[in-house]
Amino acid sequence: MDFASFIVQLLNGLAGASSLFLVAAGLSLIFGVTRIVNFAHGSFFMVGIYLAYSLVATFSATIGFWPALLVAPLVVGVLGALVEMTLMRRIYRAPELFQLLATFALVLVIKDAVLWIWGPEELLGPRAPGFKSAVQILGRSFPTYDLLLIVLGPLVLGLLWLLLTRTRWGTYVRAATQDREMVSALGVNQAWLFTSVFALGAFLAGLGGALQLPREPASLDMDLNIIGAAFVVVVVGGMGSIPGAFVAALLIAEIKAICIWLGIVTIVGVEISFPKLTLVVEFLVMATVLMLRPWGLLGRPQPPIRHSAHIEPPLRPAGAWSGRCWILLIALLVALPWLAQSSPYVTILSIDLLVAVLFAASLHFIMGPAGMHSFGHAAYFGLGAYGAALLFKYAGLPMEGALLLAPVVAVLGAGIFGWFSVRLSGVYLAMLTLAFAQITWAVVFQWDGFTGGSNGLTGVWPAHWLTDKQHYYWLTLVLVVAAVWLLRRMLHAPFGYAMRAARDSTLRSDAIGIHVKRIQWCAFMIAGGCAGLAGALFAFSKGSISPEVLHVSKSVDGLVMVLLGGIQTLAGPIVGALSFTWLHDTVARNTEYWRATLGAIILFLVLLFPEGIAGAARRIFFRQGAR
Amino acid sequence: MSLLTVRDLGKSFGGVAAVDGVSFSIRPGELLALIGPNGAGKTTTFNMINGQLRADRGSVRLSERELLGLAPRDIWRMGVGRTFQIAETFASLTALENVQMALLSHQRRLFSFLKPVRTFSKLRAQELLEQVGMAEQAERACSALAYGDVKRVELAMALANEPTLLLMDEPTAGMAPQERHALMALTKRLVLEQNIAVLFTEHSMDVVFAFADRVIVLARGRLIAQGSPAEVRRDPLVQEVYFGTGATFTAQAGETHA
Repeated sequence: MDFASFIVQLLNGLAGASSLFLVAAGLSLIFGVTRIVNFAHGSFFMVGIYLAYSLVATFSATIGFWPALLVAPLVVGVLGALVEMTLMRRIYRAPELFQLLATFALVLVIKDAVLWIWGPEELLGPRAPGFKSAVQILGRSFPTYDLLLIVLGPLVLGLLWLLLTRTRWGTYVRAATQDREMVSALGVNQAWLFTSVFALGAFLAGLGGALQLPREPASLDMDLNIIGAAFVVVVVGGMGSIPGAFVAALLIAEIKAICIWLGIVTIVGVEISFPKLTLVVEFLVMATVLMLRPWGLLGRPQPPIRHSAHIEPPLRPAGAWSGRCWILLIALLVALPWLAQSSPYVTILSIDLLVAVLFAASLHFIMGPAGMHSFGHAAYFGLGAYGAALLFKYAGLPMEGALLLAPVVAVLGAGIFGWFSVRLSGVYLAMLTLAFAQITWAVVFQWDGFTGGSNGLTGVWPAHWLTDKQHYYWLTLVLVVAAVWLLRRMLHAPFGYAMRAARDSTLRSDAIGIHVKRIQWCAFMIAGGCAGLAGALFAFSKGSISPEVLHVSKSVDGLVMVLLGGIQTLAGPIVGALSFTWLHDTVARNTEYWRATLGAIILFLVLLFPEGIAGAARRIFFRQGAR
Repeated sequence: MSLLTVRDLGKSFGGVAAVDGVSFSIRPGELLALIGPNGAGKTTTFNMINGQLRADRGSVRLSERELLGLAPRDIWRMGVGRTFQIAETFASLTALENVQMALLSHQRRLFSFLKPVRTFSKLRAQELLEQVGMAEQAERACSALAYGDVKRVELAMALANEPTLLLMDEPTAGMAPQERHALMALTKRLVLEQNIAVLFTEHSMDVVFAFADRVIVLARGRLIAQGSPAEVRRDPLVQEVYFGTGATFTAQAGETHA
């Protein structure tokens, strides 16, 4: 812990900040102009590094290393433009969440395309010619390539600044960032503007990726890793603010560097491993910034969007007909283990389906009626799963007790995270929930002594009378049906109406005495508890759990289920969870490229049914009914 | 005995006094119009009274209780209903459910989790909708109603907790002339029946002169005149503010109020 290593770590931080800034700047630009939170931005980064690898390998002998490397981001830029023209253009008018779903489908497709082209192995590129050596800084060696990166960050910031302030195109971009509708009213060619912004954003991400080639191997999990970090940077800096992204990237990279430098420190008898904190540090920074400055460091409050289409129809009590359908369905589900005696796998899959239904229904509860788009719902699922496992293994509780107490753990977690989250709204709320989920994941992932770290916990078996899968299935069925029925009751009760009222108009809610935040907070805890129950059921059905249950991809699965089914109908999450889990299972068993298939199906559905499967079914049904 | 007493209310935005020492009061059953040219401080005054904006100084008392520093929802609980310049209702709820929400909140039953909403206070809600002439459209979604009808639903919601004071921010904004008069006539009738005091801001003078019992005039954050509509109409200072240049107004205001 001397001064020299401190300086070297700071420089390391600066180098790391540069590529992070490139990706975040592109993301911020795209969000600013198109208002699309582009999940696929990390994929552009990944494609950038893979392309650079191939181009350098093939052409560096003929045209030299640098030109070959720099062709990669250009190709990525063209790819971005193509994506914008073929896909994005069709969904600008769709609800915000559908845009997210579409970009996430793109992530899946691109990931499998990369897997198909480059294979699953990590690929390490050659060192950059001219930057292979290291310089001595205060007696420590520091790679010259990192020095180059340190210079590149501010250089790109300067160029972007010139582009945005000194050109007509830049003026349009800044104007559109402030008021998109006004710009279109002034007769600017929006299609062209959006395509070019998308292309530039993709180019920057590709550049960030290509520049990483000499530093780290290209791998298939780069896309989600970098998009997480880039989201944090953009939110901390303020959505749409390029200088904000720069400041945030520096801040986060430097805090990480300082954590590494601090090493393991003993404070008042407690040993704190700061290097381990690096996994959560960015999310801690984001949570803190969002608490103090909800619009980010250099951002400004988003203007409310004026065209508010897609207002959902009022709730109607279930008619006798649909009531009978539900009873029939439940009867079928009860009989399922007998019907499927020849193939026990059906019972096992059905447990998974039921767990997914509860998970999706609980997420829908806060996303749809309460209008809070949680991106970290896996946190409560995971808290339930780990709560059950830990209560069972360490507290010595019987399995039944652990199963019933686990949701309480999730409720407590949702109480803490929700108390902060309901203070924000829109994209910022989504990002804060994501941050909390990531922090939970990182804690579980690293706490080897308590949670089993990355290996997770094993030996989480159900009680003796439930070891038969059929019995466990029936228990799951009872609990899931009860919980879903309760959620539905709540939506028809004053509390559910208060949630929808608070979503429809905060002003009016306030003016008739509704305590909006308290309602939302309470909704958060109810949803958390139900997700926790799903998690606990999951843990005992598998017998073991790993940090996977808390991973961001689990949250995204939930989002996809809810959106696939349709957010505006109560049956939506059920239909979505069933079709997603079944699809996932079927596709994964039949092809190596299940992600791409899934992504393609999602894209297809989004373009075809922007109101979700259940929503589309209802529309068709009612249209025929009207005739 | 006045119901609402506003004393020396003040608010500045970055050194500019938007509202500067405004005082007035309202009696039960009285319709008081708050008028003034753009930027006079009407909305600022209004939002300080309803709790949306924090005041720098002064006091706002409802009967004997201080309202400043309370959240809008607490002010509503003390019997203050309000309508918005751009009507705020719950778009995904029916007209009836909108009113039911106000009633449920009034009865403190929002945290009921199991009984369906349709079993709560339906009759009372229907009654309120009938009062504003919206009974036929009770089952329609608010998002599907004509704007004038949305305003009526909003009025019914504002009346749900049997308020003693009604705050209406430009109640007739965005409405056709005929609708405007119908809405204000309705308001006046309900207010007289239930002895409610109304404070409303308004841009269209025909509405003010037809329905206000008393008028107070704001200009550049100060109260420059008050009285009956006829008195205010004759006031030379008011005429100058509305029709003149306004440039000499500060000096004159100093003279009149000295």
